[in-house]
Amino acid sequence: MTMPSTTPENPAEATSGGRASADGPASADGRAPTEGPAPADGPVIELRGLRRDYVVRAPVPGARRRRRQTVRAVDEISLAIAPGEAVGFVGANGAGKSTTIKMMTGILRPSSGSLRVLGRDPVPERRHLAREIGVVFGQRSQLWWDLPLRDSYRILGSMHRLTDRRRDERLARLVDGLDLGPFLGRPVRQLSLGQRMRGEVAAALLHSPRLVVLDEPTIGLDMVSKEGLRRFLREDRAERGTTLFLTTHDMNDVERLCERIVVVNSGTVAYDGALETFRQHLGAPRELIVDLAEPVDMLTLPGASTTSVSEADGIRHRIRFAGAELTVPTLLSAISSEADVRDLSLTEPAIEDLVRQIYTHGARPGRA
Amino acid sequence: MATAAGVFTNTVFGFIRASIMFAAIASAGGELNGYTIAQAATYVWLGQALLAPIEAFGTREVSQRVHQGDVAIDLLRPTSFLGLHYAQKLGRSGFLLLGRGIPPLVVGALVTGLALPESPLSYLLGAFSLLLAITVAFLADMMVNLAAFWLLETRGLTIVYNAVMNLLSGFLIPILWFPDWLLTIARATPFPSMIQTPIDTLSGRVPPLEALPLVATQAGWLIVLALMAHLMLRAGVRSVEVQGG
Repeated sequence: MTMPSTTPENPAEATSGGRASADGPASADGRAPTEGPAPADGPVIELRGLRRDYVVRAPVPGARRRRRQTVRAVDEISLAIAPGEAVGFVGANGAGKSTTIKMMTGILRPSSGSLRVLGRDPVPERRHLAREIGVVFGQRSQLWWDLPLRDSYRILGSMHRLTDRRRDERLARLVDGLDLGPFLGRPVRQLSLGQRMRGEVAAALLHSPRLVVLDEPTIGLDMVSKEGLRRFLREDRAERGTTLFLTTHDMNDVERLCERIVVVNSGTVAYDGALETFRQHLGAPRELIVDLAEPVDMLTLPGASTTSVSEADGIRHRIRFAGAELTVPTLLSAISSEADVRDLSLTEPAIEDLVRQIYTHGARPGRA
Repeated sequence: MATAAGVFTNTVFGFIRASIMFAAIASAGGELNGYTIAQAATYVWLGQALLAPIEAFGTREVSQRVHQGDVAIDLLRPTSFLGLHYAQKLGRSGFLLLGRGIPPLVVGALVTGLALPESPLSYLLGAFSLLLAITVAFLADMMVNLAAFWLLETRGLTIVYNAVMNLLSGFLIPILWFPDWLLTIARATPFPSMIQTPIDTLSGRVPPLEALPLVATQAGWLIVLALMAHLMLRAGVRSVEVQGG
C-alpha cells in the first residue's frame, strides 16, 4: 500500500525577486571571457535558440554502407533563469534533458544558438564554470571509489582551493544536513545507493556553488532517502539562495523543490511556467485506488472533474481526480461516509502523462 | 593482498630473468656488453622493483572512463585533466615504490647480491631519473588511453604497445645487448627513458656524469610527450564536444 505523500506545501518560501524576462537586456552579447564573476543581476542561465544535432550512422537495409543520419536532440530551446530560482526540467527519456545539461556545463558544444551560464560561455570556460557550479549526475559518480568518503572531500576541497577551515565548516554542515556521519570513514564502493547519492550531493555542494545542477539526483532511491535528500536541498537553498536546476522523472522532486517547471518534449519546450499554474492548468490527474469492504456500485464523490470506475463487482474503485481541486483527505472522508475502506493506494501522474496532456489540451502557455 | 601477490610474482620472475642473464654472461666469459654478473643481477632486481611503480605495462582506467562517459565527470573538475590523472599516478607510484619496489630488492640483495653505486650522486640523480621515467611512462600510457576517444576498443593497441615497450625499454634485456640496428631504433623512441635509463642511473652502472645526457634525454621526451598528450586530449575533448559522448 502506498500512502499518499505529503501534500506539497507552498514551495515559494525561498522565492527570489522578480524573474528575469526572457526578452531582458542582452547582457551576454560581446562579453569577453573574464576571470571575474558574472554580474549578479543577469540571468544565471540563459539559453537562446539552443540546438544540438547528433550524427548517427544507421545501417540501411540493402545498402553496403551505413547512412549518416542527423538526430536533433535539442531543438531551439530558449530559457532564462534568474538568480535564486528553482527550476524543474522534466520530460520523457530522450526529450533532450541531458543534452541540455551537457551544453550548460560545457561538455557539449551547441550546434547552433547561444548560451550563457553565470555569464560565461560554457565550452571555452568550462574549468572556470566548474568552480562556480555544483553538478550531480545521478548515473555517475564524482567520488573516489576506493577511498573513504571523507578523503574525497579533502581532495575536492583542494581542487576547489578551499582553505581547510572553510572546507571543514562547510563539510560539517553537509555531514549534519545529509546525515553522512555514520559512513564518512567507509570506502565509497561499500556505500548503499542512498548513502552514495547523499555523498554525491555533498560533493557537489562542498564549494558552495551559486548554481546547482542536479541530473536525476533521486534515481533509484527509496522514499525515505528521497525525502531526506529533498529536505536538505530545500534547507541549503533557503540558507544560501542558490539557483537550482533539476531534471527528474519523479514529479514529487519537482513539487518539493521547485517553483517553476519546464517541460521538454522532442527537444523543445512544451511548457514553461510556475509550478502552481502548471498544476491548475492541467488539473494534474492523480489516481486513488480504494478497495472497499462491501461492494458499492457507484460512489458519489466531490469535485467537478472527478471520475470513478468500479472494478471487481464494486469492490475496487479507481478514482481520478484533479490535484488542484481536491486533497486526498477530503476525498477519503467522502468515500468513507459511503463505505468502509479496506485498502488504498495513490498514484502520481507520470511525466509522460503530463506531457501527453499538454499536447491534448493544445495549450502551451510557454513564456516566450 | 594484491600487493603481496604482486611482490611474489615480481620476485619469481626476477629469479627466472636473473638465471637466464647469468647463463648468457657466463657463456660470454664473465662480462657481456658492459654487464658483469653483479651488474646484471642489479639490473634484473631493479627492473622488477620499478616495474610496478612505473606501471610500464600500462593502465586502462582512462580509456574505460572515456568509453563509459565518466570522462564527463573529469571534465567538470576545476583542474586540468592531465594534472588530475598525473596526481593520481604519482600517488599510486609512491605507494607501489614502497610496497612493491623494496621487497624484490631485499630478496635480490640477499640471494644474488646487488652492485651498489660508488658515488652517492647516483642515488640523487637516480631518484630524479625515476621521477622522469614515471612521468614519461604516464604520458605515453595516457596517449594509448586517449585513443579511446576515437577507437571503440583500445585493448589491441595496449597489447601492441606492451610488446614494443617490453622490448625497446630494455626491460627484457638491456638495450646495449641489442644488435646495432635495433639499438638505433630503441634510442629513437621514448621507451629506454622509462626503464633502461632509471635503472642505469640508479644502479650507478652509468656514473652520474655520463648519466646526465641520458637524464636530459628523458626530460626531452617528457616535453615532447606532454605536448603530444595535451594535443591529443584537446582533440579528443573537442570530438566529444562536437560529436557527443
